[in-house]
Parts: sequence; C-alpha cells; structure tokens
Amino acid sequence: MNQELKNHVLELLQKDLRLDKRKSLEYRKPIKVEYGVSKSAEGSARVQIGETIVVAGVKLSIDKPYPDTPEQGCLSVGAELLPMSNPEFEPGPPGIQAIEIGRVVDRGIRESKSIDLKKLCIKAGEKVWFISIDICPINDDGNLFDAAALSALAALKDTKLPKLEKIEDTYIINYKEKTKESLPFSKEPVSVTVLKIGDKFIVDPTTEEEKIYDARLTVATTEKGELCAMQKGGEEPLTVEEIDQMIGIAVDKTKELRKAL
Amino acid sequence: MSKILVKEKDIVVPGECLAEGMDYLPGIGTYREGEKIMASRLGLAVIDGRAIKLIALSGKYLPKRGDTIIGKIKEILMSGWMLDTNSAYHAMLSMKEGTSDFIPKGADLTQYFNFGDYVVCKITNVTSQKLVDVTARGPGLRKLKGGRIITANTHKVPRIIGKKGSMVSMIKNATDCRVIVGQNGIIWLQGEDPKMELLAVNTIKKIEREAHISGLTDRIKEYLEKETGKKITVAASGE
Amino acid sequence: MAYTKRIDKRKFDETRPIEAKVGVIKRADGSAMFKIGNTVAYAAVYGPRSMFPRFLQNPQKGTLRVNYNMMPFSGHGDRVRPGPSRRSKEISMVTEKALLPVVDLKEFPNAVVDVFIELPQTDAGTRCAGICAASMALADAGIAMKDLVSSIAVGVIDGTVVADLNYDEEAFEGEVADIPVAVLPNSGKISLLQMDGHNTRGDLKKALELAKKVCMKIYEVQKKALKEKYASGKSESK
Repeated sequence: MNQELKNHVLELLQKDLRLDKRKSLEYRKPIKVEYGVSKSAEGSARVQIGETIVVAGVKLSIDKPYPDTPEQGCLSVGAELLPMSNPEFEPGPPGIQAIEIGRVVDRGIRESKSIDLKKLCIKAGEKVWFISIDICPINDDGNLFDAAALSALAALKDTKLPKLEKIEDTYIINYKEKTKESLPFSKEPVSVTVLKIGDKFIVDPTTEEEKIYDARLTVATTEKGELCAMQKGGEEPLTVEEIDQMIGIAVDKTKELRKAL
Repeated sequence: MSKILVKEKDIVVPGECLAEGMDYLPGIGTYREGEKIMASRLGLAVIDGRAIKLIALSGKYLPKRGDTIIGKIKEILMSGWMLDTNSAYHAMLSMKEGTSDFIPKGADLTQYFNFGDYVVCKITNVTSQKLVDVTARGPGLRKLKGGRIITANTHKVPRIIGKKGSMVSMIKNATDCRVIVGQNGIIWLQGEDPKMELLAVNTIKKIEREAHISGLTDRIKEYLEKETGKKITVAASGE
Repeated sequence: MAYTKRIDKRKFDETRPIEAKVGVIKRADGSAMFKIGNTVAYAAVYGPRSMFPRFLQNPQKGTLRVNYNMMPFSGHGDRVRPGPSRRSKEISMVTEKALLPVVDLKEFPNAVVDVFIELPQTDAGTRCAGICAASMALADAGIAMKDLVSSIAVGVIDGTVVADLNYDEEAFEGEVADIPVAVLPNSGKISLLQMDGHNTRGDLKKALELAKKVCMKIYEVQKKALKEKYASGKSESK
C-alpha cells in the first residue's frame, strides 16, 4: 500500500535527500534533554528529538530481592505508548510495540551493567532497592526507540535516592525527603537505531519513514564504544556486511546524542 | 444599544461575546444568546455588513458537496470503492462514477483503483448522517501516479490556492512541479527535481504557518525568488 | 478550631500559580498543558474521527470520549501501576460530563472526538487541571463549542472556605471537604460537582460561589493561552 511512498523516498535517497530535506545520516534538530521534569518522581527527564518528545520517570521502592540474586537491587523498564502522542495508538494494555521498546531499553541498561546493582542492597536477602523506569511519549513524530532510551538514561542520571528511615525492624521510604545520593553509575549506554530502505541507510526516521523501511537495527553502546545491546527489526533480512555497516553508523552517531545529555 | 465588541481579524475563543444588541446578525461560527452574539468555536472574527462570522483556524475537514478532494482507496467493494477522505467520514465511489470506461460485471475492480491509490474526485452528495458520494468522472478528476502526498490544515487551503489559483500557480511555475490541492487538506506534488519538490513542500508549509499574517503573497514571492534565483510574476488568474 | 492560616501561606481565595499553553502536542488535532502549583496536566484531542467499534456509533450525534490517566511516576509516594483503575475510569466519566454541555455533538454524527488527559506530575486538583487542559485542547482542535469550561477544587477546612487545595490540605487532620467544581464561564452553570468529607449546606453554597469566582479568573488564563498560540504568527501547520 505504501509502495508509491517508498519508491519516492528511494528516489530521494539516491541523492542523499529525505522527505524533510535532511541527509540520510542526519538527526533532526533540536536534540534536547531536560532533567527533573516531574517533581513526583525520584528522577525524571524529557527528551526531544525534532518534534518527538518522550518523558521518562524513575520511581524507587524497597522489597525482597529476587531469590537468585539476594544481594542485588532490581531494575525494570516499561514503556507505554500513550494514545495522546499518536492518532494510531489505542488506549489499552501495552501492545507488542510498547513491550519491545521497554525490553530493548532495559537490555541496554542492564546488560551494560551500567548500574552496579550490588550497591543497591540494603539488607542481603531481605531488602533491596527496586528501580522502576516508566517511559511515556508525549508526541510521536518517529524514532521512539532512540528517544526512549535516551530519556531512560537521563532519568536514571537525574535520580536521587529518597531518605530511608529505619523504624524498629522495618524500613520506610520518606518520599518527601531526597538525599544527595545518586544511583551508582559506571557506564552510560546510548542507543542509535539505523534503518535500511532499499539499499540505503538512514537514522532518526520520521513516522512516514517508519512505515516503509525494510529492516532496522538498534545498537546500544557505552562511552568506550563497547556494544552492549542490539535488536533487529523489520521484515527483511540483513547480510553480515550490512549489519557491520549499520553498527559503524550507530557508533558514530551516538556521539551526537551523548552531547545532549 | 447595539455594539460590536471585537475588531476585524481578532482571535476569539468559544463563548466569547462578539456583539450585543439585535442590530447584528449571527453568521457562520457564531450563535445568538438573548441579545448577545457569541463565538461557537476558535476563530478569526470577520464583520460583513451587519453579520458577524468566524473564519475557523483549525479543525478537521467536514465533507461538503461540490468540494474537489484527494481521497485514498481503502476498501474495494462489490460495486465500487471506499475512500479515506482525511476526515471522520469515508466516501463512496460507485463503479458508474469511477470511470467513463465501461466496466463489465464481475470485473476486477483493482485494475481501475487499487488499495492505497490516491484519487482526485468531486463530492456529489453528503447526507445528513454524513454519508458521502464522490465521482472521478469530470475534468481534472483521475487517479494519481507517483509524486508525493502531504497533509495541510483544511482551513488554510484557500490561502494555499490563492485568489483564482494565483498562489498555487506561483508555486507551480517557480518549482516546475505539478501540484493538486484537495479541499480536504490532502495535497499531491510531483517534480522532476527533488530539490524543487522539497521547495514546493516547504513553501506550502510556510503558507500554512503564516496564512493569517498580512502581506503573505509578497512574502511567498520573495521566498520563492530567493530559493530558486528566478524572477517570479504573480499571475492575476490561475490555470 | 478554625483554619486561619493556610499551610502554604496563600490567601483563602488564592490559587497556586497557574501556567497554560496551547498546541504542545503537534500530532494531535488540538492540545494543551495546564499547570497549577505542582499539578501538571496534558490534554490531546483527536477528532472528529471514525468511531470504532462500529456498534457504538450514533447516527444522530457524535460521541465525546475522555480517557484520563496518571503516568506511573506522577504519584506522591509509590509508583502508580499503569493502566486504568476504578478511580481513573470515574474521573474520565465525570470529565466527559463536565465537557459535554458545551460541545456541539450534532456537528459530527457517527464520529468520535477523543480526549486524552495525562499527568506527569501531581499535587492534588488533578481532575480539575485535566478539565481545564481538555477544554483548551478542544477549542484548539476547532471543535464547535458554546463556551470553554474552567475547573477548580474548592474546599472547606474547619469551617473556612478555601480555593485550590493542595495535597497537604486534602490530607489535613480536621474537618475537610474537598469539592471539585467545573463552571461554564458564560452562564455560570456548574457541569462538575463532587464532594467528599465534612460540610454544611451553608458552607457548600459559599464554596460554590468561591468556585465560580475563581473559575472566571482561570477562564481569563485559558483565553489568553488560546489567543497567544495564534497571535504570535507561529500557528500550527497540520
């Protein structure tokens, strides 16, 4: 159904042009990160890439650790594709698109071991910190993957642990008082998604471009250039050579996103 | 004592009082409440003799008989096609109105209009429940091939077209692109040179943003001249 | 024991600082942000658009559908589990009823106007902030409306009538009545009224009069935000 649009986009890409005058490997402007946008959250951030706006918030709680990691804190990432951000999103429980974004962002943060979860242990086997990150798009104009990942990282960086009070044997969180303690970060993973349309690669797709791509690869890298998470999407397969090229593009582009942090 | 409370081209919000007294008449976009005339939507106030009316600034397209629109084929039925009109209401194109060619019974209708095809058509009827009939038979009405489609605010379409088509002609001549503007805010463009096509797109977006600021025609002329390096003449009447 | 000084030192009829902005969500047909104190509400309007499921379509008039939701990190203490709760469903419904009297449904039979209200940060008065944002967003979307709708939560604390309770006042130990109200500015009629707590008939009347007075001030803020968007020359290109 979108073949005409795809043909048109491919024609433009032959001249390194896109529907909105950008070059194929050009991110939209502005790329902005704002910290502390939700006072109710323990940490929060708002990321803007072009007209795409995503807000992420971090809430902390304490609970029993998972039985297989009794001395580690826990982290979970969820994304909800709010219907207010895109006329095609319907209200209801997270669909597969939202679930994928949540899990890909989660992987980037967890597998890079960017937060030392062992430092979030309060009492081994009994009480640890639980970090819940929720990602909510406000306006979807394409590339939610990158905006979501950036907002989650920024929200975690913004997080300050609330005051923990011990009353007899129980721990209670005083949400009203924040300490100056941040989360124990050792790495900062940033995600870049590269799309393949025909035989050309682009980054930072708009919603129109997202309807006609053949394959996409989301790559999360640390400051040192180490790869920590990847996800391939789209209906067409990729050759090893193409994957390598896309990784190269992603690693190069993370610098631009990192600057905004 | 009748009096008008707004100036020409004032932006008014729903429920704002525009005039008091029975001397004034409520025009489109307004309603009368007792002695007062109030705005019934967000818009620009226009005083037309004794009538006060509003020019809407935003809002989705509402199909009207006689409008020429660009619709997108979304369903193929036994005896015709259903089109998306960029509004809350779809339009029906019957076999008879699809083409002047004879279509034999049981023919494969996708041969004429297929899913996703864009069609320039004219609205022939709109019922009170907003069932819409269109025709693709007539001068200028046809299936569109190639090119690209952009969406614009339906209320800005008159400015994009210009008086007697003068604005859209200026864009066509300056960029060497073919441009068809649907009343429903769907616009089709096709140009040989992608850069010129992008210029046409950006010019239309600029008109949308600045439609209500005076001196628009001159500003667009200057913009096109600057971007193309060509001298532009504003046509008195369109093609 | 009368409530003589407010916890945050405001005057009895004084609201917290208010900020309003229109057109903040570009993909929506209409949108607005309304901030009062630390409560922030976004509203996005899509429509009129096709209504699904089909059996809900009404051939005689359109439908207004409101969906109110708090983002998981917007609560004061624990994380709010995402998804509709009984509370959010009820607020969606009363918000819809608060907006219905001004919307002309006959303009879009068989179709629906969807209003989505989301809050990233809350500190009491959420449903009222949602209604204020929603009514601006509806106007921004070009929906035919007789009037805007303004809303504020008033309260009676130990016999004193106050406007715009914050979280601490709602939780005050003493006799508190929390009364969210929505007003149609032109007619002064009331389209939302709820109350919980402790109150007398006389005090309720005083509270409603205060609500009307405060809503007229909020109406001025809403009007200004709507006009500002279009006056600056940077209007929406949709």
